[in-house]
Amino acid sequence: MSTAPLTAPGALAPRASRLGPRLLIGAALLMTLLMVVVPMAFIFHRAFAEGWRLFAENILAPDTLHAIGLTTLVAVIVVPVNVAFGIAAAWAIARFRFVGRKTLLTLIEIPFSISPIIAGICYLLLYGRQGLLGPTLLSHDIQILFALPGIVLVTLFVTSPFVVREVLPLMQAQGSEQEQAALTLGASGWQVFRRVTLPNIRWALLYGAILCTARAVGEYGGVSVVSGNVRGQTNTLPLQIDLLFNDLNVAGAFAAATTLTLLALVILVLKTVMESRRG
Amino acid sequence: MIARTAPGPARRSKRVLPGFGLTMGMVLTYLGVIVLLPVVALVLKGADIGPARFWAIVTAPRTLAALRLTLLAAGIATVVNTLYGLLMAWVLVRYDFPGKRFLDAMVDIPFALPTAVAGLSLSALFAASGWYGAILEPMGIQVVYTIWGVAAAMSFTSIPFVIRTVQPVLEDLDPQFEQAAVTLGAHPFTIFRRVILPAIAPALLVGVTLSFARSLGEFGAVVFIAGNLPMKTEIASLLAVIRLEEYDYNGAAVIALTLLAIALVLLGASNLLQARALRYKGKQA
Repeated sequence: MSTAPLTAPGALAPRASRLGPRLLIGAALLMTLLMVVVPMAFIFHRAFAEGWRLFAENILAPDTLHAIGLTTLVAVIVVPVNVAFGIAAAWAIARFRFVGRKTLLTLIEIPFSISPIIAGICYLLLYGRQGLLGPTLLSHDIQILFALPGIVLVTLFVTSPFVVREVLPLMQAQGSEQEQAALTLGASGWQVFRRVTLPNIRWALLYGAILCTARAVGEYGGVSVVSGNVRGQTNTLPLQIDLLFNDLNVAGAFAAATTLTLLALVILVLKTVMESRRG
Repeated sequence: MIARTAPGPARRSKRVLPGFGLTMGMVLTYLGVIVLLPVVALVLKGADIGPARFWAIVTAPRTLAALRLTLLAAGIATVVNTLYGLLMAWVLVRYDFPGKRFLDAMVDIPFALPTAVAGLSLSALFAASGWYGAILEPMGIQVVYTIWGVAAAMSFTSIPFVIRTVQPVLEDLDPQFEQAAVTLGAHPFTIFRRVILPAIAPALLVGVTLSFARSLGEFGAVVFIAGNLPMKTEIASLLAVIRLEEYDYNGAAVIALTLLAIALVLLGASNLLQARALRYKGKQA
């Protein structure tokens, strides 16, 4: 291009207007500091404001420990299920042509456009006492709401698009030549998947699983509707933070929040590393 | 000879790969049970209520107040995020400075941080004893328990949308047009309005729509800071939850359906804009 030498930013700008970029960069840094960095740093500040001992006491409170355990359990169930769903959906959509492909894609994305709180209400209207399936299930002693199954189901709803979203574009871009070749050479379907497909998509899969974990662990609105908020029983970590806050145990709430904040930071670092890895 | 036979296997190959039945079965079952069934339950409940009662619930003063607050606060949050988003996208794409990668990474914090944690932190920051409240309250600006608190929480949780939609488009934008405008003596503001804005407008609109939709649906961060006073600082989704707790399932379903309808209209608009933006790009190429 003939203008190539001019494409260096600010190359044409006269010296006097150099102040402009500095002002803009300064404003961006200041706003990010005030809007993003301080709110996050403040969590650690408040959690440790009264010393390490109180922090340890707060984090080791039985209800908070139970909430950490429950949240971990939910993530351990939800993430593998959504990884399996993500792989299956990506395989079906990327490798085959069929009627209704676009509709299926829209359907997969629906949970992203429904706010979690509405998802929770949907589940309540389905499995609640006056719900569509609730009475039948309850008469068979199957309790979905205000128990682990309800929490898991709502979390599945909220996080279901994450893995597909990462894996599908990659599988579409890679095409199926390698898989075809493996089949021609006599590999079974399962072997093709394990030896060819899986290694090819592993980074996207891991990335999707990380995003899914972050969301599953932090889900609040949807879960708050279906959990019943029973102290030390159906309180996930975000619900426990809310409960401590309402109990005016602000130090306890901030201590519990540090675990989720640390996790968010770890996820952020992993994300940055993986993005540079994928180019 | 070889060239002529080549298309044969390629065409057949679409069905050679195994697993269509298995994966499709898995996907449809999962989507049916996890996504469709609950949504159908909500829609059926809404249909059950009937249009007259539906309307009566939507236009009840408390519902209207909640909807108005939600829309207004989401509007404020979106304006802030649009201005901040444009600034950030511009700075991250056009300038080089120390700490740029760090700044870029910070943008993702609001999506990584659970909303309840964000709400907890913001409510304490803006409280009279918090770092921000201690400065603002003596000036007569109260944020917690007001619409500004609601807007602040919504703004935080939807920060990345505008930045992340505008950034790639700005990266693709050739600076030669701006430079031509500079040579012709255009004022920086004129350049922004006449050269840059038209190019990024479709992406910006998508980002703004997503940001607004996210703010409308935000719950976790808002309930911590809003104080949740009926008719004053009670957002629509919270009112729906309160109705549930009162066993008023009709009330909850109506509010949920109203919010869902707004979200779907916004999503449709965003998809339309995206399709138009893609067509525009295709025409250019």
